[in-house]
Amino acid sequence: MILNIFTDIHELLLGLMPENIVHITELVLIAVAYLGIFAILGLFLVWLERRIAAFFQFRLGPNRVGPMGLFQTVADALKLVSKELTGTEKADKFLYKIAPYFVITTALMSLSLIPFSYEIHAFDINIGLFFLTSVSSVGVLGIFLAGWASNNKYSLIGGMRTGIQMISYELSVGMAIVTMVVLAGTLQISEIVEIQKDGWLIYQGHIPAIIAFMIFMIAGTAESNRTPFDLVEAESELGAGFHTEYSGMNFAYYFLAEFVNLFLISSVAVILFFGGWLSPFGITDAIPFAGLFWFIIKVLGVIFIFMWFRWTFPRFRIDQLLTLEWKFLLPINMVNIVLMALMVWLGLTL
Amino acid sequence: MKEFLTDQLKTQEYFLNMGPQHPATHGVLRLLLKLDGEIVRNVDMDLGYIHRSIEKMCERATYKQIIHLTDRLDYLSAHMNNEAVCLLAEKALNIEVNDRIKIIRTIMDELTRISSHVLWWGVTGMDIGAITTFMYGFRERELINDIFEETCGTRLTMNYNVIGGLRYDIHENFVKRTKDILTHLKKKLPEYDKLLTNNIIFQKRLINIGVISVEDAIAYGLNGPTARGSGVSCDIRKTHPYSAYDMVDFEEAIFTEGDSFARYKVRIKEMWESISIIEQLIDKIPNDEHKVKTKAVIKLPVGDFLQRVEASRGDFGVYVKSNGQKFPERLKFRSPGFANLTALNKMAYGLKIADLVAILSTIDVVVPDIDR
Amino acid sequence: MTNLEIKNKIEALQSGLTYSSEDTDFLCIEVPKDLIKEFLLEIRNNEDLSFDYLFALSGIDFGEDLGVIYHLESSKYKHLIQITVKTSDRENPTIDSIHEIYPAAYFNEMEAHEFFGIKFIGHPNLKNLFLPADWDKGFPMRKDYTDTNMLIR
Repeated sequence: MILNIFTDIHELLLGLMPENIVHITELVLIAVAYLGIFAILGLFLVWLERRIAAFFQFRLGPNRVGPMGLFQTVADALKLVSKELTGTEKADKFLYKIAPYFVITTALMSLSLIPFSYEIHAFDINIGLFFLTSVSSVGVLGIFLAGWASNNKYSLIGGMRTGIQMISYELSVGMAIVTMVVLAGTLQISEIVEIQKDGWLIYQGHIPAIIAFMIFMIAGTAESNRTPFDLVEAESELGAGFHTEYSGMNFAYYFLAEFVNLFLISSVAVILFFGGWLSPFGITDAIPFAGLFWFIIKVLGVIFIFMWFRWTFPRFRIDQLLTLEWKFLLPINMVNIVLMALMVWLGLTL
Repeated sequence: MKEFLTDQLKTQEYFLNMGPQHPATHGVLRLLLKLDGEIVRNVDMDLGYIHRSIEKMCERATYKQIIHLTDRLDYLSAHMNNEAVCLLAEKALNIEVNDRIKIIRTIMDELTRISSHVLWWGVTGMDIGAITTFMYGFRERELINDIFEETCGTRLTMNYNVIGGLRYDIHENFVKRTKDILTHLKKKLPEYDKLLTNNIIFQKRLINIGVISVEDAIAYGLNGPTARGSGVSCDIRKTHPYSAYDMVDFEEAIFTEGDSFARYKVRIKEMWESISIIEQLIDKIPNDEHKVKTKAVIKLPVGDFLQRVEASRGDFGVYVKSNGQKFPERLKFRSPGFANLTALNKMAYGLKIADLVAILSTIDVVVPDIDR
Repeated sequence: MTNLEIKNKIEALQSGLTYSSEDTDFLCIEVPKDLIKEFLLEIRNNEDLSFDYLFALSGIDFGEDLGVIYHLESSKYKHLIQITVKTSDRENPTIDSIHEIYPAAYFNEMEAHEFFGIKFIGHPNLKNLFLPADWDKGFPMRKDYTDTNMLIR
């Protein structure tokens, strides 16, 4: 019955206007819906982070605005919207203004690839994972440009650090994904999830999959610029890093995009390792939209781990960061791919 | 090829203005860094953003008034600073204080030291990037400050010492609450080790960073935990005992590596030693007067006087040149932080910005103490 | 080492200095200003004295004279002395810099320079450390300094 909602809307629109305009209208509607998801997700995750930080630090966290302080971040967003947009005088104005949009656009584009459940999946193409990694790597440009265009040395150092960090760790994220693609045998996200009906990939691929998961989590933390890899912002060294000179809504874009990226990284982890929207042992697979529940639960679980990292670990230094990537993660990753390929070839998967 | 590279890819050193408003400088310290990429080539200091000319103010203040000004130097070791002036005046006037005063002063000193060190621990964690430690540090600090509040009336600038004794007698809960806080700390300090000290990232960030040798440490006038991290035995509590420190048995925390991690370990160990000192004294407070009668107007005899105490950051000294009047002719506060900061350039040369932040937090700068 | 022993040791190194009485906490010595550098080098390098730790360097205004007071400690023997250097020239007071002997003096000399106007010969960087770089209202810690705002009386 609920499944019919989409078809109902489709038919309703068909009754109102010609077919090709309906097509465009539907695209716009989906885009608007995803913008909504983007905003709500960002605000919710900010709230969650603050509550979890408070939990780790014997504090209460936001608890006054709305039930359990849920609307605190909405109030903060309103405040940021009303704030003046300041900037440095000698900034490269064009790049300075365009930079935040690189970050949010790519985050939004990547979001469209995420299957919230079997039914809610906006953009399912056969090179899904490839497209996801390519698009999300463009987001780095936004941070890099912000660092460059702000005409502030702190921003510049932050921007340069981003360049180094992202190029390095993208490799690890990519390789960990490749390892799992070797096992799954497809790049299409919906198919990867379908394969896991017999058992999640982390179970099917056992040892190499677990190694790949660990690498993915480490590199994913670095990709989303979170502690212990938050050198880009590194508040005790660089003030606020690349977004030192951003204020108001421009700052909020970075802030939201950071949390949406966190969601993206966690979603990819869930899709690749924990069976996406599938319920454990297929207990609720028959119920439509139940996948949404399982997907969100799993993603929140992974996000909690990321937040746990953030509120526990100190920060790396830039050379240690590079050592970790090029001398440890990358070689392990290479061996791991070969191991996974051998396993698939010899049929040792579970 | 190499010539081509150096010719075409010219790099340039640049200046970075760190502070006065910067999260890592613990106040309003301004550093002018000369950087090559991220590598520190020179550290130039511009101080005085919170300079209040306290030494000049002291030349127009009576000795009783001066005590109030000392709180505002290193506000995290307010009690030790008060005590330095009181001890100086008592020594100059030959006032003998009883054991009760001595023991309470010592307990207060050590409580202040713990409260300063837990705050330092939290801030160091935060500088290295672990924000949670700040809250952990403050949890203990609040409890200690509650004790101060009960007995002294204030939490930060205590003004508890007066010449010839203590301003008030201790609160009736003092002994019980101090014992409570000791049991609490004994439970929580191992937690600090679990959270931060044994963390591999944290250790990698501090070990072999900002190394300073014993000879350099002495020549640069380093003192307190900073110097003890290099293996200099310089604890005033041991070398020139004052108050009740000759009644207790404690170990001077010395590590010989000279790097930031050694300085970190010194402070952690000092907290344990402070706990042990308080434990030895807390049951020994005799019943006696909390104050010795002194004259209304205190005039120091003509001469030079110097009193040193071991503040949380090191060797705090008060030098008074008196001409027999009620005001000192010249009063100098020898600040431990200022001396420790002298070696910053030497420690940080050739390291990265992140290391500079680590060094700054392990030498534990408190800017009002430096600027005076 | 007692004050008397220190006094005898120093007297053997350098004669003609003014000493305070020996019953005080620490020995106070007045050294002529042209001797200060050699004298400090001697007592630092002397095996028995080894005053290798500059505890404090304070500028001072005696009213007539300006001067610097050094508190030196031996990190080995833990004995302390006070050395006073005076200069009677209030217009252009100069004293030799000792930052080569004690690196700790570097910043302290800058401080004494800006507050008392004492020029330390041989100091490479006598800029204002605490006061603003464009401070031109005199030397605040001198006795004859008058503050127009009366913030410091």
